[in-house]
Amino acid sequence: MTETYNAEDIPRIAPTFRFQWEEMQDCFVVLYPEGMVKLSPSAGEIMKRIDGQSTTKQILEELNQTFPGADLETDVYKFLEVAHANGWIRKK
Amino acid sequence: MPMAGSEKSNQSKPLWLLAELTYRCPLQCPYCSNPLEISKYENELTTEDWFRVMQQARKMGATQLGFSGGEPLVRKDLEEIIAEARRLGYYTNLITSSVGMDKERVKAFKEAGLDHIQISFQASNEELNNFIGGTKSFQHKKEMARYVKELEYPMVLNIVLHRKNIDQIRDILDMTVELHADYVELASTQYYGWSRINVDQLLPTRAQLANAEKVAKEYQEKMKGKMKVIYVIPDYFDNRPKKCMNGWGNIFMTIAPDGTALPCHAAGQLPGLEFPNVRDHSIEWIWNESPDFNKFRGMAWMKEPCRSCPEKEKDLGGCRCQAYMLTGDARNADPVCDKSPFHKQLHDDVERIDRLAGTKEFDEKPLVFRNMKNSKKIVKEKETSTV
Repeated sequence: MTETYNAEDIPRIAPTFRFQWEEMQDCFVVLYPEGMVKLSPSAGEIMKRIDGQSTTKQILEELNQTFPGADLETDVYKFLEVAHANGWIRKK
Repeated sequence: MPMAGSEKSNQSKPLWLLAELTYRCPLQCPYCSNPLEISKYENELTTEDWFRVMQQARKMGATQLGFSGGEPLVRKDLEEIIAEARRLGYYTNLITSSVGMDKERVKAFKEAGLDHIQISFQASNEELNNFIGGTKSFQHKKEMARYVKELEYPMVLNIVLHRKNIDQIRDILDMTVELHADYVELASTQYYGWSRINVDQLLPTRAQLANAEKVAKEYQEKMKGKMKVIYVIPDYFDNRPKKCMNGWGNIFMTIAPDGTALPCHAAGQLPGLEFPNVRDHSIEWIWNESPDFNKFRGMAWMKEPCRSCPEKEKDLGGCRCQAYMLTGDARNADPVCDKSPFHKQLHDDVERIDRLAGTKEFDEKPLVFRNMKNSKKIVKEKETSTV
């Protein structure tokens, strides 16, 4: 079932996954039992702002400040949906 | 001037490190994938040796780290090793029978930063579980599994399937549901080491496999999104080999308790290897330069029918250990492949076991349990037969 995120929802990294920077892969990754997903640069930028405190709206605002001029809204909401479906994130 | 090795940045990396901390084990499973010669591994690496190995491998890109054995809980320094692994940024996995675990230790592992735990069960009922494992461990395993979930670890339950427990598959899966496993590995016995000498007693029949596959699929559907059920059919029943270890020296490195580095945990039996040791060499040298890790890397080593096979990149000729055990030459195609001239021989053997399974005299042949006493006996027999 698809779970959508609203502006006031607070995403957090699920306790059964680990998100970190991998120097040798030169990208952010999500780690889980016997597996690893390499994230695209934009996915990594979103994931690294998920701290279990910021709302989706705040995450989006921060991304807009770092990457001015880019239209990120659709991408961010879409990514959160995908990340949730993969089990990487949960709503707080 | 580029540094030596820097031009190899596109080369494979040892992403998956398996640390076999010890071959000591309170269980005696007759399908154990450890070598038959476990009794010869007395000189275990020290805590500092493991720290060095982990650091070197991490620098080369290793991310997944499995603590295995034997029973890794036997090592008193496990907590220390886990803490150092976490500090280095590994994603760590404790692969255990849970015998030797208690609540305090599971908690200490959590504090040290352990990421997930894989517990093995031998069966879904007490009697068979304890018989196969050779210890009274069933209730303890269930208790520990519950506690592991209480502490929010992702939990993998691993059940090695064979002729004596495969008909319990439904009960086994119900048990894993009840214990809230996140992942269930229904691992078909692979016939190396101890399981190879017990193959007549362990290989399931075709009828058993057909049923197991059906039940596994049912639970894969039913538990979608809650519990991931991994079931792979044993390759003796297949017509194409598996891409073993995802390729020799491609992503995987095993370190045996004495520091021997191997491209896979069964490779110790292959003739002509030099068995580089982490006491004498760096992980970088072992991975990039050692003759062992280059021996079957890529495809240049292949013989016919692999060399001209259009599928050679897909399966890389299958498993080198299986090729050696069943044909006498590790460079041959894995006889699981029906293009191998040895395939018929393997197929006939599978048929022979299928025919005899269930008959009294065949099934009552005793299992050879994996323990130090049997290992010493086997080592002695091998030594006297080669003199």
